[in-house]
Amino acid sequence: MTDLTDLTVAGLRDGFRAGDFTAREAAEAFNTAVAGAKALNAFIVETPEHALAAADAADAARAAGEAPKPLAGVPIGMKDLFATKGVQTTAASHILEGFTPTYESTVSQKLWDAGAGMLGKLNLDQFAMGSSNETSFFGNVISPWRRKDGGNAALTPGGSSGGSASAIAARLCPAATGTDTGGSIRQPAAFVGISGIKPTYGRCSRWGTVAFASSLDQAGPMARDVTDCAIMLEAMSGFDPKDATSLDLPVPAWEAGLSPDMTGKRIGIPKEYRVDGMPAEIEALWQQGIEWMRDAGAEIVEVSLPHTKYALPAYYIVAPAEASSNLARYDGVRFGQRELPEGANLQDMYAATRAAGFGDEVKRRILIGTYVLSAGFYDAYYTQAQKVRTLIAQDFEKAWAVCDLLLTPTAPSAAFALGEKQADPLAMYLNDVFTVPASLAGLPAMSVPGGLDGAGLPLGLQVIGRPLDEQGVLNAGLAIEQRAGFSARAEKWW
Amino acid sequence: MGLDADASRTRMAVDTATVKRIAGLARIAITDEEAGRIAPELDNIMGWIEQLGEVDTSAVAPMTAVIPNMLRLRDDVVTDGGVREAVLANAPQAEHGFFAVPKVIE
Amino acid sequence: MSEYRIHGATGDWEVVIGLEVHAQVTSKAKLFSGAATAFGAEPNTQVSLVDAAMPGMLPVPNRECIRQAVRTGMAIDAAINKWSRFDRKNYFYADLPQGYQISQLYHPLVGEGRIEIALDDKNPDAGTKAIGVERIHVEQDAGKLMHDQHPTRSYVDLNRSGVALMEIVSKPDMRSPAEAGAYVRKLRTILRYVGSCDGNMEEGSMRADVNVSVRKPGDAFGTRTETKNVNSVRFVMQTIEYEAQRQVDVLESGGTIVQETRLFDPDKGVTRSMRSKEDAHDYRYFPDPDLLPLELDDAFLEECRASLPELPDAKRARYEGELGLSPYNAAVLTAEGETARWFEALLDAAGSTVTAKAAANWVISDLFGALNRIGKDIEASPVTPAQGGELLRLIADGTISNTLGKQVFEIMLETGEGAEAIVEARGLKQTSDTGAIEAEIAKVLAANADKVADYRGGKDKLFGFFVGQTMKAMAGKANPGVVNDLLKKALDQ
Repeated sequence: MTDLTDLTVAGLRDGFRAGDFTAREAAEAFNTAVAGAKALNAFIVETPEHALAAADAADAARAAGEAPKPLAGVPIGMKDLFATKGVQTTAASHILEGFTPTYESTVSQKLWDAGAGMLGKLNLDQFAMGSSNETSFFGNVISPWRRKDGGNAALTPGGSSGGSASAIAARLCPAATGTDTGGSIRQPAAFVGISGIKPTYGRCSRWGTVAFASSLDQAGPMARDVTDCAIMLEAMSGFDPKDATSLDLPVPAWEAGLSPDMTGKRIGIPKEYRVDGMPAEIEALWQQGIEWMRDAGAEIVEVSLPHTKYALPAYYIVAPAEASSNLARYDGVRFGQRELPEGANLQDMYAATRAAGFGDEVKRRILIGTYVLSAGFYDAYYTQAQKVRTLIAQDFEKAWAVCDLLLTPTAPSAAFALGEKQADPLAMYLNDVFTVPASLAGLPAMSVPGGLDGAGLPLGLQVIGRPLDEQGVLNAGLAIEQRAGFSARAEKWW
Repeated sequence: MGLDADASRTRMAVDTATVKRIAGLARIAITDEEAGRIAPELDNIMGWIEQLGEVDTSAVAPMTAVIPNMLRLRDDVVTDGGVREAVLANAPQAEHGFFAVPKVIE
Repeated sequence: MSEYRIHGATGDWEVVIGLEVHAQVTSKAKLFSGAATAFGAEPNTQVSLVDAAMPGMLPVPNRECIRQAVRTGMAIDAAINKWSRFDRKNYFYADLPQGYQISQLYHPLVGEGRIEIALDDKNPDAGTKAIGVERIHVEQDAGKLMHDQHPTRSYVDLNRSGVALMEIVSKPDMRSPAEAGAYVRKLRTILRYVGSCDGNMEEGSMRADVNVSVRKPGDAFGTRTETKNVNSVRFVMQTIEYEAQRQVDVLESGGTIVQETRLFDPDKGVTRSMRSKEDAHDYRYFPDPDLLPLELDDAFLEECRASLPELPDAKRARYEGELGLSPYNAAVLTAEGETARWFEALLDAAGSTVTAKAAANWVISDLFGALNRIGKDIEASPVTPAQGGELLRLIADGTISNTLGKQVFEIMLETGEGAEAIVEARGLKQTSDTGAIEAEIAKVLAANADKVADYRGGKDKLFGFFVGQTMKAMAGKANPGVVNDLLKKALDQ
């Protein structure tokens, strides 16, 4: 029998349904892989019993002749930003260490309802703030990938969904949830050679997901291929009356609608994404992607998104502003850690609790957010950023008049070494340059692996679509996937 | 009102005192040493953000809803509450059905 | 009404008052969560995970709270903003679980309106004054801190956390404690008519933040102070009296007024500075990204308007104009929605033979007197409008006299029986039997021959004496009209 951990979500689902193996066998195989991969530090909490319970339920249902649930037989990883009932949920922070929700997030509940089991809670950048998974209170996540140059430098899996990325690339789970505020699904997916899609803002409920920046946060799946992303996204999406920004629309049958035929599609190539200092290999991959699109029947058009360069600074006002307010609830009163120095009054307790409970990057963003919202600055910063955001959305609107989808690189570099960019927060922020614009406009966007750079590290291509056109994005991703034939995987060293 | 090009030149530097004031508003205890370390970092970031001021937004409305969508209103029905145990389950200190905090003098 | 002035050493000072009234919206569930709003529950039992601001919890607005605020706005002739937004007001306090209050700063639901107040409640001729309302917005209430349960700890109860409030912000249009008192009372009346707030100040359903400044008449506005959470009309007036005098004293001794938040101490009748709100000036308001703009359609607004009852000012005008009541009676009967409803039900039950005037007089003197005596509200009156109508009908059609009517009413109050049953059972029906009355008249005239002579000699005033004697002889049950007619006939023979 093949190693079950090599199977994709579709492979596991179909094999289970066909009776090739039991759900329990699959869960056990992944539980073993998870338990053996501590060196990657991808999981904050492992929940083998949860995976087994879901597997046993699937096996029992099958034995009883019941119609299988969409994800029966599939164990997955859950980013530790989703509240899971009875299982510690930390957002990779100290302040939430030991926090055990009495509730289940809508997205995770939908996955359990679809029959999936949970292998564990995946590590991430603290409160999803970071692009390298170096801000977690529970330590860095290590990418399974290493450079071909013989050096053994530990590489970043990207962030913030670094645990999800690392675990999927290392075959610890076939798929995982991610969240994307400015690129937190797409950039790590690109760094480890997997696929990930951020759907249209409002497709996946935000209820029960620890908030970073409410107007940007969107959950989405990460998996080894486009088909698995479609399967997962179908299970995760859907209207939720508990989230006032949730879209009241039916969930399309994305998996059934998959087609790599790009005939009649116009693919826009935004000229502003050719940034200074972009490695030639990324430029070359982008060109290759354009060729693949043409090969798939698409027409290529050059488009302009003139406000692209302002997306990052706008993002670094809006996201920290929202975060500074969203994170005010972590005050040591109702849940989480409390720091109470001798003789402290209530306000002292807040300050001590938050000083001890938040990491440096979280504090930095809270301070930026507090600063830009503070008296006298609101219009100059926040209002201006939201106006620029309107302009960025209008840029996309204009582009949709001449094209159906946009093709860009996912990130301006391949994975870098852990520690390499830590000293300069701004250099780290610039890593999100290609992913942030679609986040600001709420558009569906995905990263698919395109190839390897000279050091043998994966590079990703990003497809951005019109609002609600996840199908178009997935289809273009599939067209790339079929032509890229990306099959490289990290050699096991952990 | 947006930042104009001049604003970036006349922008007030984020100094240690500013960092301490902001940290106070955000209720994050901070030492002088930390504030001194963070100030140039924030100043650098804010300096970079200033480029937004170049954009003429005089005829632009701030974004309100990223995807066109209407705010739904729910019916006036009691569907929640009565879950005191769950509410207090994670409290650092809960007594007699209350959350407890250091005594507040108003 | 003479102008209210503080007489200082340097001359007279004018007081300028603006009120921000927080009124709890009448709703079953909270503004952004499905937890109940009922008063007096066990601590933290009416709290959802949303109200406790657990990680990942999100607000979804309650339509009824929006509707009630819109209806309130319509009731004060205010502009309703079809597009409004919720903003976050950020500050840290133990009664504020989210670390921000969801409120409306930049785009409130309701714009400018006005409220007419009577300058003297006792004297309808004293005139009215329009007090401008700047805006009404909807926001969350905070939880409650208890300081007296433990020596070193405060306890937090979140039952109120997230309950919907309307903040009704007046313009600085009031110039005396009496005007402020009248404004709060009138606002309370309107809210209760509309049904958007129960107006119960003891339970905290209505609280006022009182903004006071003083100036020499004709000068620009002075610096104001804001006294928070004053919870009765009397305290609002006391706050103004104290605060205005304090400010005059400070200014006249060469000091300056600091713009600050103060607290009213009802035991001592004084206000004092509230240092705990020191960074209150930097709330970092911004639009709540968990909520989209609130857009109201015409159908929604139409329903709000159509569901408004007749409002106190219109009702009072109708009572005066259509029903012909005196201004005073009209004012008294419309001051509370319950009274007006009771009165109108009474008119319906009494039917066309009873005049509105008679009914109004009966309610104000007889019914109110009785309710006052037994310590009950009109809603808890032991006599129903239907029973009252029956009684008034019996008086109007001459079945019983006014005097007997009062006796019957007393019996009704005691026994709960209907008027007709009482009159029937106790034989109180007055008689119009001319034979019986004529017989008694004959006896009375015979027994008072000297007075009959005097009367006939021109002493007209004696007529009342004969009426009294006849009624007495008839044990009060004779129809006074018939007695009059027969007596006249007999005496004028």
